[in-house]
This record gives sequence, C-alpha cells and structure tokens, in this order.
Amino acid sequence: MSIESYNGGAVMAMAGKECLAVVCDKRLGARLTTIGMNHSKIYEINPYLYVCLPGLATDALTVYQRLRFRVNMYELKESRKISPQVLCSMLSNLLYEHRFGNYFIGGVVAGLDPATGKTYLYAMDCLGAITIGTEGFVTGGHCEEQLYGTCEALYRPDLGPEELLEVASQAFLSACDRDAGSGWGAFVYIVTKNKVELKSLKARMD
Amino acid sequence: MALQELLQLEKHASFGLKSVDDVELSEEIEELNSEKLTQLPITPFTMNKNVQLRDSNTGRHIHINMEKGTTTLAFKYQGGVVIAVDSRATGGDFIFSGSVKKIIEINKYLLGTMAGGAADCSYWHRSLTVRCRMYELRNKERISVAAASKLLANILYNYKGMGLSMGTMIIGWDKRGPGLYYVDDSGSRYSGDLFSAGSGSPFAFGVVDTHWKYDMTDEEAYELGRRAVYQATYRDAASGGIVRVYGMKPTGWVKISEQDCKVLHYKYADEKMV
Repeated sequence: MSIESYNGGAVMAMAGKECLAVVCDKRLGARLTTIGMNHSKIYEINPYLYVCLPGLATDALTVYQRLRFRVNMYELKESRKISPQVLCSMLSNLLYEHRFGNYFIGGVVAGLDPATGKTYLYAMDCLGAITIGTEGFVTGGHCEEQLYGTCEALYRPDLGPEELLEVASQAFLSACDRDAGSGWGAFVYIVTKNKVELKSLKARMD
Repeated sequence: MALQELLQLEKHASFGLKSVDDVELSEEIEELNSEKLTQLPITPFTMNKNVQLRDSNTGRHIHINMEKGTTTLAFKYQGGVVIAVDSRATGGDFIFSGSVKKIIEINKYLLGTMAGGAADCSYWHRSLTVRCRMYELRNKERISVAAASKLLANILYNYKGMGLSMGTMIIGWDKRGPGLYYVDDSGSRYSGDLFSAGSGSPFAFGVVDTHWKYDMTDEEAYELGRRAVYQATYRDAASGGIVRVYGMKPTGWVKISEQDCKVLHYKYADEKMV
C-alpha cells in the first residue's frame, strides 16, 4: 500500500447547467483501520470556488495552508477575487515546486463563474500535471478508477441542481461501495449562481 | 515450432528443468483420489522450499497479494458455540465481493471458517470434507472435532513455508461436547473457548472480551457474536457486507441470521438514540 493511500478517501466534482457538485467521502483511515468518520477533503476558497485534496491527510492540510497563503497574497496584491484557472495554475505550481520530494496528494479544482454560470473543472496528480475536466466531471483519490466508471455511466450534460445532486451522489456512493479505503458517508456541495448547499449523505458504514 | 526444429531444440525445451507438460495429465486424473488431494504438484523450480519467486526485471521477490481482510469469530458458552463472520473479499483495496460465504459447512456437525487466501481456505476445507466423510464410511462413526482439525493442521504443516495463507476455526459437536479449534498456515492448532481471525479480529475481540459470560442464553450469545462482527466491519476497512451468525448445538449446526451491515448499523444507531 502506497503512502498516498494511507488515509484513504475519494473526491469528485461534476458540472451541470449553471451549477456544480463537489463531493468527498468522510473516511479518515490509518491503513485498514478507520479512525475518523467526519473528515472533509473539500476546502472552500470562496463560495464559488473549491479545492479538493485527496491523499495523505497531513500533506493535504499543509498544501491547503500554503495554497491559502498564496491565494490571500494574490487577492491582496491584485485587489480582485481569484479565478478557477489561476487557482489551478497556482496549485499546479505549488505541487511542481516539490517535484523532487513531492506531497502525497492529488488535487481537484472546481469553480463556477457567478456572472455567466460557466463551470470550471480541473484535476491534477501529485506533481501538478493538470487534466481539464472537459467531459463534465473530474475525480481523485483512492477509488479514482471506480469513480471514472460510475461517472461515465451516469453523467448526462446540462443537469439542473436537483438532478445533479442525485446523479453525483449515486455515482460517488456506488464507486465507494467497491473500495475498502473510501466511504463512511459523503459531503456534497451543490453550487449554483445564487446559493451554495452542503448536503451530508448517509452511506453503508462498512 | 519451425524455429525449434531448425535449432534442433527438444520439444518443450525447458532448459534442463522438468516441464509441467511432461507429467501425463491423464494418469494424474486417474490417480486422483482423496489421498492425492493433499499431494499437489509443486512448481518444478521450487523444489527447495526456501526458494522464492522473483520478478525477472527487478529481481525482487514476487509477492502474491492474497485476500486477508476478514473478520471471523467463534466462541463457546453454556449452550454450545457461536460462529459469526463478515462477507467481504478484497484484493488490495478493491472489493471483489460483498457476499462471500466464509462459514464452510463441512457436514451436519462440523463447520469451518475462512480467513486468509480464499482459494487456499476453500480448497483445503473441501479436501477436509472428503476426508471426514471417508473417515465416517470407514469407521461407521462421526469424526471428532479434534481429529478433523488435526487432519487439516497436518496438511498445513506439510505445506509450511510454501506461501499458504489460512487462519481457520474448526467448530463442531462430538462425543466430548462442543469443540472449537484454531488452525493456521504455520501448522499450529489450538483448542480454546474464544478465537477470532482476520484484520478485523482486534475489534471483535474487544467486544466479546467485554461482554462474554459463560451463562449467556442462546439469544444473548448470538447477539454478542453479531454485534462483535458488526463493530469490526464498522472500524475495519477490509471487513463488511453481510454478518452471518451460526450456532453449534448437540443436534448439529443451525443458521441463525444473515443480515446486511447497513441494516445492522442503522438499527444499532437508532437504539443508541433512545
């Protein structure tokens, strides 16, 4: 078992029509033992912009704090809110700065432009190689393969917020049910132009 | 094949080693009886038990990753033996199945539990089933739990160091009353009142050690077994699925319950709220 899967956990972001679903599981493990069941991997940059850091929990916290510092400095210098594209580059650069001695995490950036309703999805590996979520979803973490399977099967374009919640939740929970290292419930952020909702999903607890 | 003739190589050239093809398969099949079950052919190049398989590129030892995540539990009490197991089969972190039968019904009076390599456990329990039946036909009486478990332990001792992965309980009822033995791949065999095997066993032990009493009623004992395995599925990532509970009584084994972990979890959660 690699150190990247020491704590387990999975994340996913899915885009709908002028809305966004950001999902993570609640498990915090130490190899096979579950030591926490209320551990979010989603970090809010602002109400329209989220970053998910699956992988080694200690590195995720460190990277979030360093990223938060850079975002704050950027917003103070530029006197404007950070955009999803800039945040993605910033996280990618931060990760690549540790090319030789990397953080054991992945990264998912999900954002919504409140003016236009356009959605932005990015995923990256532990060294910062960016994948743009043109298919309408991005995944990360321990059961990435299972998540790709369920997302590709269930995703439809231009879903409304209610349908998106349903599709994203089903895809996420089904994937977690095939992975020993993820699950124990899930958090879902449903982001629309004028509202953000945080849902807590009940799941199998094994 | 043409190249083989051109180079005047022997058919099935195996570089001086005896090839598996040389063994006459038809003969093997004819001779397959219950004795043969315990004499599996070993790979020609591992005649020495200490030789391990190596990766041809890296030279590292090849590690066969076998199913180990499990919770199995069995304990004695005044009314007999309770056996409780989960049903998850994992390979690494992937869940292959959530509905495996980890209690093996050897005969009406004997049960085995499965922890470790799924193939190892199911094959050797199958072989044990044959041997127990043969014993019964030869001696016109049922095999004792002690003897049955010793048959298995002896087989496992013969294969010691060759990579078998098993931690199993043999549970039964014979002339001496309830029997419970733990047998594992190192060849060890212990009799006792409480055993648990697999990655979830520390959690199951925790529950049983806290609440176990010899004078429990049947219902209390079954619930204790069920609760212990449920708690293990809750904390252990490699255990889960269905919690199966069996009881061993003077009349043979009885299937008590098979419940989904999810149902049990929300039932126990509701009970806590009251």
